[in-house]
Amino acid sequence: MNLHEYQAKRLLAEEGVPVPRGIAAFSLREAITQARELGGPKWVVKAQIHAGGRGKAGGVRVVDSMAALEQAAQDLLGKPLVTEQTGPQGRHVAALLIEEPSAIARELYLAALVDRSHARITFLAAAEGGMEIEDLARDRPEALQRVIVDPLIGLQPFQARRLGFALGLDAGQVQQLTRIMQGLYRLLLRMDALVVEVNPLALTREGRLLALDAKIVMDDNALYRHPESDELFDSTQQDPREITARQFGLNYISLDGNIGCMVNGAGLAMATMDLIKLHGGDPANFLDVGGGAAADKVTQAFKLILSDQRVKAILVNIFGGITRCDLLAAGIIKAAEEVGLNLPVVVRLEGTNKEEGERLLAASGLTLISASGLTDAAVKAVAAARG
Amino acid sequence: MSILVGHETRVICQGFTGKQGTFHTEQAIAYGTRMVGGVTPGKGGTEHLGLPVFHTVTAAVQATGADASVIYVPAPFAADAIIEAADAGIKLIVCITEGIPIHDMLMVKHYLAAQHARLIGPNCPGIITPGQCKIGIMPGAIHQPGRVGIVSRSGTLTYEAVEQTTRMGLGQSTCVGIGGDPLIGMDFIEVLRLFEADPQTEVVVMVGEIGGRMEEDAAEFIQQTMRKPVVAFIAGATAPKGKRMGHAGAIVDGGAGTAEAKYEALAAAGVHCVRSPAEIGAKAAEVLGA
Repeated sequence: MNLHEYQAKRLLAEEGVPVPRGIAAFSLREAITQARELGGPKWVVKAQIHAGGRGKAGGVRVVDSMAALEQAAQDLLGKPLVTEQTGPQGRHVAALLIEEPSAIARELYLAALVDRSHARITFLAAAEGGMEIEDLARDRPEALQRVIVDPLIGLQPFQARRLGFALGLDAGQVQQLTRIMQGLYRLLLRMDALVVEVNPLALTREGRLLALDAKIVMDDNALYRHPESDELFDSTQQDPREITARQFGLNYISLDGNIGCMVNGAGLAMATMDLIKLHGGDPANFLDVGGGAAADKVTQAFKLILSDQRVKAILVNIFGGITRCDLLAAGIIKAAEEVGLNLPVVVRLEGTNKEEGERLLAASGLTLISASGLTDAAVKAVAAARG
Repeated sequence: MSILVGHETRVICQGFTGKQGTFHTEQAIAYGTRMVGGVTPGKGGTEHLGLPVFHTVTAAVQATGADASVIYVPAPFAADAIIEAADAGIKLIVCITEGIPIHDMLMVKHYLAAQHARLIGPNCPGIITPGQCKIGIMPGAIHQPGRVGIVSRSGTLTYEAVEQTTRMGLGQSTCVGIGGDPLIGMDFIEVLRLFEADPQTEVVVMVGEIGGRMEEDAAEFIQQTMRKPVVAFIAGATAPKGKRMGHAGAIVDGGAGTAEAKYEALAAAGVHCVRSPAEIGAKAAEVLGA
């Protein structure tokens, strides 16, 4: 789960990490009040969305009058912001962060994250900030510094000092960096976060280190022990179908094609998408109905797929292990009755109770296209979507 | 021969009396797995499915001589269950549980590094040596004793590989589902090393996924160490960047961990790559000249 910049900065501030003075605003009126409270005459207005690339897309504006602030707030609030990371539909801007501007001498990159290859918490840092870390990692990997933390003793001050001097900071700044890194480390643990990223970490003209932008991603698997995550969750940043899917224990991700997919197992679901592409089609979604899928779950899955107007055909690909093919077939029949299935549906059943499942479908009177094997299923689905 | 588990493996189940533990233990017994007991704190001293129940793993190990454990306990308690099994001297821990917080797994990995225990999973179908020992949730009937070693990050895709190699008449030596999470126990390299040393295994099928570097590392190992042929499929070639495809591990960040990068590394290491999951069995047969 992603947090907004304003939420991340509030949490960082709680751990003693310096952030610019700023207040979140959810309406034009609030934006004006918050700006007055901060005092002017200059402010930074930052659109709050769960995607990067805001600066280039006009989502971050420096204004030097109340009139300009009002204009910026009006331009941004309540509208989608399209950046290079959002896709063409953009992300809805429900909140702005109004901040006091800072005089920047230098920008750095700093992040604490769970590093899967070392199975350790690791800090990543670079002497230049602001750019996407993935680009830096690809283009100039030697510029990235790494600090690996021993889970028993935690982050040690010497590790922060060694990093700070390597980044070209002076002794006073290295002390600040040490406190900041300790704050990031505590926050990563406290929030069960996968990553706490400060990019850029600014060095002001007065020699102060300041978290100019911040990103926190919480581990979805740990949300059960974070009641505060309910309040931090922003439903406007997600595809409504993905939110509905989650309520029914389905794993759904919206894509751009026209073949709806219903598969059990994440790996097989991905492989099914690959197969569709391989045979010249385009998947409309990723959908893993999970193990032991029951009839009502299958019905919900069908409803989700059909709520996407672009879908021209549906491919059901099931390898029954714990999932029984007969129960799944019953779910398909029930869904067809409830939602009025009027699209071609290709069904491939394999594994536990496959014969019984196929018998049920054949006896149901539904016009389904049955497929034997993966390739046959993909070829038939692609043909069906072409009409 | 086979790897990790066989006729002799004595298995207990943690989360024994729960719905999952009960169902899959029944299946395992029916398959012929040597189940010797189970653990449910608070129900020690009772009997379940004709097997003794213990309060703790230590008590179960002392009474039954178990050397493997399968874990079906819910995610919030799963890390504790893994560590308890290792502490009790269990040599092979198979954790089926999905959704364990990654910070819990950091602690598990840290603890296991100093132990002699091997962990398979979490978030995996388990391990099976056909005709001998089934530990996990895979459908036993599709397997057949034979020549192919299978190692996979995905559950249902493992079943595809099994079904195809059975249909081709090749059969399997052992199938290991290593799990779809970013932090898991045994990785590709550890399992490949065992298959390389196993006389029954003639070809290895490796099913990878986007995300992480595990397949790239495996490619390096294969090139340097392995003499047996390897067939590979990577799921997620068409997954969009930055989206999490169900498995927490399956996410492409920037250019790292893409299916293309993995295919490239594997092909360079002499691995027989297939772009369609439907071709795994046929490719294995072709490599064996069967």
